[in-house]
This record gives sequence, structure tokens and C-alpha cells, in this order.
Amino acid sequence: MDRVGGWKDGVVLAVVLPALVLLGGCRLEDRETRPDPPVAQALGQVALMPNGIGGSPPEVYAALGRPYRESAFHLSQGKRLYEWFGCQACHADGQGGSGPSLIDGWWNYGPDLPTLYTTIHDGRPGGMPAFRDRMTRDQIWQLAAYVQAMGAYTGSLAAPGRSDRPQTRPAENRLPAASAPLR
Amino acid sequence: MRTRPLPSLALLLLCGGCAGWQSALDPQGPSAQALGQLLHGFVLVLAAIWLAVLVVLAVALRRRSRATPQAADRHAGIAVGTACVATVLVITGLTLASYVTTRVISAGAEAPLVVRVRALQWWWEVTYPGEAGPDVVTANEIRIPAGRPVRIELSAADVIHSFWVPNLAGKQDLIPGRDNVLTLTARRPGQYRGQCAEFCGMQHAHMAFMVIAEPPEAFAAWRAAQQADSAAPAGAEEAFGRQVFEQKPCGACHTVRGTEARGTNGPDLTHLASRATLAAGMLPMTRGALAAWIADPQTIKPGNNMPMVPLTPAELQAVSAWLATLR
Repeated sequence: MDRVGGWKDGVVLAVVLPALVLLGGCRLEDRETRPDPPVAQALGQVALMPNGIGGSPPEVYAALGRPYRESAFHLSQGKRLYEWFGCQACHADGQGGSGPSLIDGWWNYGPDLPTLYTTIHDGRPGGMPAFRDRMTRDQIWQLAAYVQAMGAYTGSLAAPGRSDRPQTRPAENRLPAASAPLR
Repeated sequence: MRTRPLPSLALLLLCGGCAGWQSALDPQGPSAQALGQLLHGFVLVLAAIWLAVLVVLAVALRRRSRATPQAADRHAGIAVGTACVATVLVITGLTLASYVTTRVISAGAEAPLVVRVRALQWWWEVTYPGEAGPDVVTANEIRIPAGRPVRIELSAADVIHSFWVPNLAGKQDLIPGRDNVLTLTARRPGQYRGQCAEFCGMQHAHMAFMVIAEPPEAFAAWRAAQQADSAAPAGAEEAFGRQVFEQKPCGACHTVRGTEARGTNGPDLTHLASRATLAAGMLPMTRGALAAWIADPQTIKPGNNMPMVPLTPAELQAVSAWLATLR
């Protein structure tokens, strides 16, 4: 048996413990890639005001811990869907084109998630198509959260992945718009 | 002396690496052969040096020197000088060998077949630019004519991947925003497994593909068949399956030529059932595997970009029945 000397305790304290603490940084964000079918079904139960603006998210959204806006995974998936489903054709990289800008702080139907979800799911008059037959509910939530994050005026710890292309607009994880004005 | 079974067994396990399936030690084309020779050359030279060093060390430890201090100094000078010269010679030689091999494997070829491979998380899109006919787009399976050089133009859609068919060629990275080229030739018909060789996310391990080398006539016949649109539904169930596919989100991401489905985010499924595997080498191409995959892709391959689309059992049956007929 080794005699445990005082200097060995020192080594343990100086090297091993900090290393263990650093290991804590390796935690991967939980990625919910598969909503249970009943949950996915319930994600469609958005209650909007009669005028179609503003409302409350489905109860299951709160039960899940409001995942979409606070998870980098969901925001990254939303960013991917933004390109995949042709949003850029009308909204460019958020600046808008034939469709309205998504980063100028002006929301025709309000900036809350239930409204954005409904806008993507059902479409809006004036050219916004409905995506209910092209995307799953889970995907629409991801995309809605990404769109909200793009034009958000408050900072957030969660941000989508970085683009490899040259930036045409401030990154999604920039400081809130008040300190980095948008054009 | 008592032998230790465990380390010996571990050494035996290493021998398994020399088998032919997806192995750089079983070259089936000129590129892989050049790399194999380089590898063997390095191993031989370095093993010889290692043995020589051990012999010199053993001699030095056993022999007591009776030389005067001045002579010992001179001997040490000679030894260090010799070692330096030998090191420079060996490194120069190996560098030259490496350089020559790189030149050989990166040289272009006369009249190659051009195939575009685009890597995505976590599958391979394979395009044969139209030679007298429309482009052929398929996935996770690269058919090539045996004996003819193939120029593979590599690009990536999202993150860095690496294209590696050990039996045919070395690795080549696919980098977003940069086009790379790899030329390979399969000497004889056969199936050669390939695999992404650069960590690219959750399902990197399940990003396999197959290179299938065929006689030139068989390849031409396959290509002509792939240029055709998808077959018309054979029966009522298949027709219903096609209708479901077009109306549900399936068609927003997948293309099936000859139908309303024209999405480009996922693999082209026009001739899906002519491929041997599903989901980049994960499942065999059977109707049952198709149904399992469509019913719950996130349990089979968590994190992949195919969502779980809610379907009724009848719809699921019909869609998988129809897809299984797309030969």
C-alpha cells in the first residue's frame, strides 16, 4: 500500500478537482428531437383572440417548459427551416422584400409566439402562404421561435448556429436592438 | 513463463482490421493501392529503425567502455553525427515518397465520369450531370462503371464532412463554400462501403454510403433506368399512398419525379426502392423498414432532419407500399 503523503493531497486539490469542475462544462444541451405524438398533437391547440392577433400558447407548451425560445437546438432547427421552406424568397434574411421585414420591430400581427405560430400555420391575407400541409407542428414552433429571435428586442442566452455565409444583417445573438440599431 | 491471454487476444483482434470490407489494407483501385504501398513502406522503414535503435541500445547497455575520456568524446560525436545524418536522410526519403504518392493520387484522369456528391447532415446526395438526358439524382449509393476513372466533385451543405471509401481512395473533406475533387477508379466490379470520416454531429456514425462498381453495360442500363420518371402506382393502395405523400409534408422536402412532390431538402426518392439501404446505410430497403422509418425516424436516427409526420395506420401502410414499388 502506498503511504498517502500530504503532497499527494495537494496534487489532488490543485489538479484533479479543477479538472472535475471543468468537466461540468461539457454538458450538452438536451435536444428534444422527438416530441411524443400526443404532445405534438397538442402543440396545435393555440387559442387566439377573435381578431387573430395575440393569444395563449397550448397548455402543453408551458408543461414542456417553454422549450422553443430558450433552446439553441430548436432555434438552430428554426434557422434551417427558414431556408428550407423558402422564407427568404419574400422576407430575405429578415430585411423583407415582397414580404414585410422581420427585424424592424414592427409586427403586423404582434410578436408573440402563438401569433407567429398561427401566421405560419394558417397564412395571412396579402400573400403569406399556409404551411400546415408542409411542416409538422413541432417544426412550425421551431420556425416561429426563430423568427421571433431574429427580431427580438431583448437579449437571450440561447442563439441559433452561426452562418457560414457573409452576414447581411446583425447576427441573431447580437445585443438587443437598442444598442445595435437595425437598418 | 506464464502467457497472458488478454493482450494476445487483443493483438489477434487487430488482425481483423486487415479484412477486405471497408479496409485500406485491401486496395481495389490505383489510388488506394498507391496509398497502401506508401503505408507499407512507412511501416517497414520505421519498424527497421525501431529494431536498429533497440539493438544499439542493448549493445550499449551490455558493453562497458574502456576508452579514454577523449576517445569517448570522439565516439559520442560520431554517434550523434551519424544519427543526425540518418534522421535527415530517412525524413527526406519518406517526405519524397509521400509527395510522389500525393502527386499520383491527385492527378486527373482522361475522360472521367463526373459525379457530384453533396454531403448533408447525415446523408449523401449523388448527382450524375445529364449525359444525353436529365440529371440523375440519388442518395447514399454511388454507382460507377468498373475500370473507368470517376471524378467525384465534392461539396457540403452544412458542416464539414469527409468522403472516405478506404478500398478505393484516401479521404477527402467536403467543406461548405469550397469545392473539392477526388478521382478514383474501381478495378473490378464490387461493392465498397464508404463512411463520413469527419465528425459532423449527432449521427456522424450513421452516415455511410455504398460505392457499387458494375460492368460498363450494366452501369449504362442503370443510368437509363434512373433517368425515367417514377413508375405509375400499380394498385389502389399504392395510388392512395402516392396521394398521401403529395398532400402530407412528405412532398415539401422530397422529390419523386412524375408526381407533385418536388421538395429539395431531403433525398430524391424517384427510384428509392432501387437502392439497397435506407437512411444512409441504417436499414435494409424493405417495405417494413420503410414503414418503421416513416413512423418514427427520430427513434431510429435521433436528431436527423426528417420529422415524425403524423399519419394514420392506413396512410402509413399505403405510403410505404407505394415507396417500396419505386424501383
